[in-house]
Amino acid sequence: MQTKNTKTLYLIPYFTWIVLFVIAPIGLITYYSFFDLSGNFTFDNYRNFFSSVYLTLTLSSFWYAFLITLFSLIIAYPTAYWLTKTKHKQLWLLLIIIPSWINLLLKTYAFIGIFGLYGPINAFLNVFGIGEQQILFTDFSFIFVSVYIFIPFMILPIFNALDKLNPSLIDASRDLGASSWTTFSKVIFPLTVNGVKAGIQAVFIPSLSLFMITRLIAGNKVITLGTAIEQQFLVTQNWGMGSTIAVFLIIFMVIIMIITGQREKGATSNGKNK
Amino acid sequence: MEKTSKLSKFYLALVFIVLYTPIFYLIFYSFNSGGGMNNFESFTWEHYRAVFSDTRLLMILINTVIVALLSALLSTIIGVFGSIGIVFMRNKSIRNSILSLNNVLIVSPDVIIGASFLILFTMIGVKLGFASVLISHIAFSIPIVVLMVLPKLQEMNSSLIDAAADLGATRRDILTRVIIPFIKPGIFAGFFMALTYSLDDFAVTFFVTGNGFSTLSVEIYSMARAGITLTINALSGIIFIVTLILVVGYYFISQRGKNPVGMGVRK
Repeated sequence: MQTKNTKTLYLIPYFTWIVLFVIAPIGLITYYSFFDLSGNFTFDNYRNFFSSVYLTLTLSSFWYAFLITLFSLIIAYPTAYWLTKTKHKQLWLLLIIIPSWINLLLKTYAFIGIFGLYGPINAFLNVFGIGEQQILFTDFSFIFVSVYIFIPFMILPIFNALDKLNPSLIDASRDLGASSWTTFSKVIFPLTVNGVKAGIQAVFIPSLSLFMITRLIAGNKVITLGTAIEQQFLVTQNWGMGSTIAVFLIIFMVIIMIITGQREKGATSNGKNK
Repeated sequence: MEKTSKLSKFYLALVFIVLYTPIFYLIFYSFNSGGGMNNFESFTWEHYRAVFSDTRLLMILINTVIVALLSALLSTIIGVFGSIGIVFMRNKSIRNSILSLNNVLIVSPDVIIGASFLILFTMIGVKLGFASVLISHIAFSIPIVVLMVLPKLQEMNSSLIDAAADLGATRRDILTRVIIPFIKPGIFAGFFMALTYSLDDFAVTFFVTGNGFSTLSVEIYSMARAGITLTINALSGIIFIVTLILVVGYYFISQRGKNPVGMGVRK
């Protein structure tokens, strides 16, 4: 019918957005990765990336991201599970989500005080005669704060998956004589594995690219891929190398998304997934 | 059974305590007359006064709010039209590829969005500052608006549109009287998400902001790198209240959206 004309008309801003801010940036990043500091075409950036410096950096970045994801999952799964058992579960879920709406910087900043040399944790340790410890600027503080920041994004998809689970399946499993552990490992977990995958996706990829927390909490000791990109772009102004790392980060991201598989449509719609 | 439920309560309580302690810790020390985030000396409003007498900080606060409101508004408009377009697409494979393109910015790490936008703006000659920050915020908010609006559009029965057309409604009428009222809850949800995305963003803004322009996140970052200032605590107290109001508002609007009675007719 004649509606065709208007359809294309009001799609113009949206398609312009796709071309300018989705396709063009990826193209530009790839393009810049082939240039060195003085603007000559080169493969040096890629050669550099496979040097030991960047390989160790990539490996350690993956290791930290793995630990952050693992701890988030270990803490989030029981939380989500027991949340679904509470009476006003939507309200409790909202209470889990609220901290994720508080500015990220402020939450990180709070830990500078809490983990500080004269902060409450050290005061607590003092009571037990352990004495003051350097907590800030350690791997522990970095992982703790990252898990703290990401935990709602892990709880949310798992909660949604558990919430959809048909309770009669669990009853059936019990009736058939399965122990609680068997019920969990053979029924509950396999049926909620999509939520777990969505959660891993929501935590692992941002963990690879953290740079603010590394600076504020880990005191430049931890360097992730994100920190490296930020440094290349804003400190050393070597956009070529920065773009190369970004290209690899994009490749890793795609691989992770393929591994963690098809995300369910509702997974992101309930909260923020940054 | 009794034992597990006690354990679960304890566990949940622990999680909630850990989640909320840092936030209340910050707010608690915003009333400390001493200089740091330990040794509470005595109660004072001094740091709140400092926030409101610091014109530079207030300007940044206003900038942040303006960027958030403008970007949420514009991204909602673009996103709503985009999702209407997507829903009416006949070709399934094109529609699916558009949807995947839509989700690219949601899954991309902030650092990559920031870095690539920085290259883009430098190439096409947008001056880094208010414009670049606003454009980036619009850009990364559009996909979330689409994701919030699309399910509502898919829920809509297409015979509603046919009925309206049969009754002689123009295309404009169909849009403003049928489609928009029906997807209103989705639009509101999208707007709120865009608003919080913008208020919360640090990484992208950090890349594309120039020297003269700063948003709250970037400002807090540079303040926090310099060390502990209780002005930040006072700020966080204010932000917490505002966030709470936003969340509660969003909650009520989304609850209202779930209620099918009274949808559509309301103006």
